[in-house]
Amino acid sequence: MADLKVVGQPLPKADAAAKVIGAAVYADDIVLPRMLHSKLLRSPHPHARILSVDASAARRIPGVKGVLTGQDLPIRFGILPVSQDERALESEKVRYVGDPVAAVAAVDEETAAAAAEAIRVEYEVLEPVLSIEDALRQPGDERIHASRSLPANLHRLQSYEFGDLAAGWARAAHVREDLFFFQGNTHLPMEQHSAVGQWVDGRLTVWSSTQVVHYVHRALSKVLELPMNKIRVIGAAHGGGFGGKTDPFAHEIVVAKLAMVTGRPVKCTLTREEVFYAHRGRHPVLMWVKTGVDEEGRITAMHFRSALDGGAYGSYGAASVFYTGTLQTVTYDIPAYKFEGCRVFTNKPPCGPKRGHGTPQPRFALELHLEKLAEEIGMDAVELKRRNFMQPFTRAVNWLRVTSCGLEECAEKVLAASGYRTRERRPGRGQGFAISAYMSGAGTAIYWNGMPHSEVQLKLDRTGVTAYCGAMDIGQGSDAVIAQIVAEELGIQAADVRLVTADTDSTPIDLGSYSSRVTFMAGNAALEAARKMRALLDAAVDARAGVPFLEACELAETKWGALSTAGSYTPPRIGGPFKGSGVGPSPAYSYSAAVVDVDADARTGIVRVNKVWIAHDIGRAINPLLVIGQIEGSVYMALGEALMEEQTFRRQLGLHKWPSMLEYKSPTFVDTPEIESFLVETVDPEGPYGAKEAGQGPLLPVIPALNLAVHDALGVWIDETPVTPEKVLKALKDGRVGPKMFPAVPWPEPIIVEPPARDDMRVGAELEAAFPSA
Amino acid sequence: MLRLPRLRFLIPDSARQAAAMAAEGGPTTMLVAGGTDLYPNLKRRQFATDTLVGLTHLRELHEVRGEASSGFEVGACVTLSAASRHHELHAGYAEAAGLVSSPPLRNAGTIGGNLCVDTRCNYYNQTQEWRQAAGYCLKKDGDICLVAPSSPRCWAVSSSDTAPMAIALGATVVLAGTDQERELPVSALYRDDGIDYLAKQAWEVITALRLPPADGLRTAYVKLRRRGSIDFPIAGCAVALRMEGDLVESARVVLSAVASHPLEVHAADQLLTGARLDDETIAAAAEAAAKPAKPLDNADLDYFWRKRMVRVVVEEALRKAAAR
Ligand SMILES: Cc1cc2nc3c(=O)[nH]c(=O)nc-3n(C[C@H](O)[C@H](O)[C@H](O)COP(=O)(O)OP(=O)(O)OC[C@H]3O[C@@H](n4cnc5c(N)ncnc54)[C@H](O)[C@@H]3O)c2cc1C
Ligand code: SF4
Repeated sequence: MADLKVVGQPLPKADAAAKVIGAAVYADDIVLPRMLHSKLLRSPHPHARILSVDASAARRIPGVKGVLTGQDLPIRFGILPVSQDERALESEKVRYVGDPVAAVAAVDEETAAAAAEAIRVEYEVLEPVLSIEDALRQPGDERIHASRSLPANLHRLQSYEFGDLAAGWARAAHVREDLFFFQGNTHLPMEQHSAVGQWVDGRLTVWSSTQVVHYVHRALSKVLELPMNKIRVIGAAHGGGFGGKTDPFAHEIVVAKLAMVTGRPVKCTLTREEVFYAHRGRHPVLMWVKTGVDEEGRITAMHFRSALDGGAYGSYGAASVFYTGTLQTVTYDIPAYKFEGCRVFTNKPPCGPKRGHGTPQPRFALELHLEKLAEEIGMDAVELKRRNFMQPFTRAVNWLRVTSCGLEECAEKVLAASGYRTRERRPGRGQGFAISAYMSGAGTAIYWNGMPHSEVQLKLDRTGVTAYCGAMDIGQGSDAVIAQIVAEELGIQAADVRLVTADTDSTPIDLGSYSSRVTFMAGNAALEAARKMRALLDAAVDARAGVPFLEACELAETKWGALSTAGSYTPPRIGGPFKGSGVGPSPAYSYSAAVVDVDADARTGIVRVNKVWIAHDIGRAINPLLVIGQIEGSVYMALGEALMEEQTFRRQLGLHKWPSMLEYKSPTFVDTPEIESFLVETVDPEGPYGAKEAGQGPLLPVIPALNLAVHDALGVWIDETPVTPEKVLKALKDGRVGPKMFPAVPWPEPIIVEPPARDDMRVGAELEAAFPSA
Repeated sequence: MLRLPRLRFLIPDSARQAAAMAAEGGPTTMLVAGGTDLYPNLKRRQFATDTLVGLTHLRELHEVRGEASSGFEVGACVTLSAASRHHELHAGYAEAAGLVSSPPLRNAGTIGGNLCVDTRCNYYNQTQEWRQAAGYCLKKDGDICLVAPSSPRCWAVSSSDTAPMAIALGATVVLAGTDQERELPVSALYRDDGIDYLAKQAWEVITALRLPPADGLRTAYVKLRRRGSIDFPIAGCAVALRMEGDLVESARVVLSAVASHPLEVHAADQLLTGARLDDETIAAAAEAAAKPAKPLDNADLDYFWRKRMVRVVVEEALRKAAAR
């Protein structure tokens, strides 16, 4: 592949010009004739029964054209089939401050706001459940979701044993246990959620700022009881998601229903405060980890426990629990591994996937834990970690299959560039080193179906080529990647490929822009479609070289009429023979390593980040500019989580402390240090041109590396996020800041899983054939 | 998005007329300059206002008159950006103006508005819906203080970055009333009350800030905030020193964001006056300055920590001023 012409070029994003000159049409920019504006009325209580809703005063306000209450949208939905626990508008009870109960459509936003305010809701206030500990106890008044079979406010409970734990512990020369807490935080995209609904002649169209048009399509069909072919969902130009726009949301359903009721287009744009309530962000996670190592520092066994504070609804939570446990084994080589995880409901905005979904928390815990272990046994921490690095082409104890793996190269790059090994040792100055792995797309769809995970269609005629792809470019530049792949295969410029994306009427299925899957999966689909098209073009010009592209197109159309080809991608089965094996497998894992350099002031506790070195095993950079953009964005986001971001709530009130961009602290440009990125290209056997993911993995090592740098500088342990100045001072006084206990959880008997052979690389039917019959 | 309430916007011909319009309109009429403080507050329904009297179109309020040797008169509608870039203003004043919020807000925000910026509190600077859910407080619509429930008063925090510097300089403001103008020391512009924080009549228009001659004054402003931009101060110190050799001839130390008004710490001034500005003096002055600072749990970060940091910002400001 040495002669790649377009792949590997640092080209600008496909929509860069449109965004820069203001031509891009975001959902909130859409103005349709006779359009109404909608406003949701949300609960002021964290936990309450709804006794009555009286909207009569709202209906009487001039300019109000439609009012909805819970009665109008009784059908439950939720992103995962196992958690159909949300309603667009609640009619029975509210579960967090911000839970929607009613909606209005009016001629302008002011009237809509006044009408929402005029709706009278009578509540019976219930005792709120606001912490993991509270959620594990019997509730004072009632459970948040009464119908669940697990006790108290437990949502999910998992327990697994992979490999021979007893032997692992017996072999260990040293064993250490630690407790960690990762605070919740939110995505904070620049663009608030927004949707417009239109109902014409029995057909519904919804434009939305979403990461997955397909999931919105499904939820609308279910709740509105409309067949899929009567609904069209279009992804508007996107101002950022980071996982926060991956669920279907109340406002999307509400604009659709209001459009149906009023017969007029309806728009709803959330306020910044409402975005904090819609949330689905990083779970607060309490973690306990115990690891045994032999005399050489090689891990013999690990036991990891996590407790996730899920907020009020399921969202992706059932998957999030698994993610706090599964990827440990593809980062370090762990021969025997026990994982116990639980998720609880609390009366707070629902948590879900945020960049790194469920894995930054355990990554933070593990990197600090191994450092402590190394210190305890008097071994160099980098060396200890290194001895345990996962190796390429290895099957992990929990059956995850690692193919290309550039962990060694990544580590070496950042260690060398930062001078970590020869760093200056003085109080107040420190460096920290950490590593990570992440999935290039989930190997299993979130709902059972046999369709491909991604499809791309190409249409070619005398005007050139158009690619139809269901994936939503959420600012990461996935459209550019699709265009570059098609251009590479057809021998044209990326700018000559027209794109139609994220429109359920005109584009084929794609499971969306999350899970770091688009380049890998839609990219592979585009590659297949483009290769088929190339073959047709070659035939049309009788394999003559040098025919200009448009001329070739005309020849092809003349010969066969307008042409279309399609490509698709379905990841093979990778997971092992056990229930729950669907979460964690990925056709390829990316790897990252980072060193963070800080000044930490012992007098003030203020930490300043001087520089971050980060290396990322991208497989192959189809567009290095975009990869570096993702790496730098990840570093920036990680530093925010490490140093300042926290989604916290007022006690008793269950009220978000500061749902605003001024008081919810997230770093600005001036707080962001120099970032030096290194791309490691391991050329993955399954990725398109060898490419793997870049959108999430690089976030992971930065958070622990920051904590470790503070430890290096001041000798203190801050076993939780974020590292605020007060905590630094407290740690200087007490030696450590962090959780003191892990609550009692009624863990079930573990599912015992036989580990695979370490060199078993089989997938799909071949793998299944080899499973021990149950 | 959050919308402004419906407003009448009046365009006066002069500062005097603006005062007259504001006086006539009564409590539901407010003056507005850059609006960077007022508009967000109105969107959150922090004032029951139906009329605004605009000021920024008044040319005379945009002038900077005078020179360093005689002192400058800075028009109230001079933007913070312009003030921060003015090379001849006292270094500490330009520094304070340049540390307010963020570049776009400094391009719109004015120095007069900055002197009058509303006091702040994490229970108050929230939307109407949030405050309803939390329960309203004394400063707007309620009858208790949510930060200090046993207290009969509001402790919202004075958050102006330039006011402490203006006070340290001994600056005055020119106020236009309905039928007269008066001059008032900036130090007399504030009251120790989170609600009624200004000592002028609501309709009185600040037309200018009068800064003293340069005259050997060494000034510095040090601001503590979580991020390098956008954030209001969580502690700040303005210092104006006059040195005689290496002895301090006179000193004024004024703190921001630790009380409901810019906090003058005369104990520190006295300690410094006549002393050699060595580490010991600086530490003692900082200690004295920190004593009356009373941060509460209504701003960013832990208030114990903020109280500890007062010393740090005072020391830094003294060192910086002395080095100028
Ligand atoms: C995100 C954000 C961050 C901010 N950060 C800071 C900060 O770090 N430090 C800081 O000090 N401020 C900060 N501010 C507040 C504000 O931007 C500044 O204080 C600014 O200087 C206010 O000036 P203005 O002209 O916009 O005032 P306006 O908003 O127009 O007015 C503010 C108040 O002053 C009154 N007023 C204005 N001009 C006059 C006049 N000439 N005579 C009499 N009364 C008048 C108004 O009636 C109103 O009550 C911030 C604001 C925001 C939104
Ligand atoms: S200090 Fe008390 S009264 Fe004043 S704004 Fe805050 S909560 Fe309200």
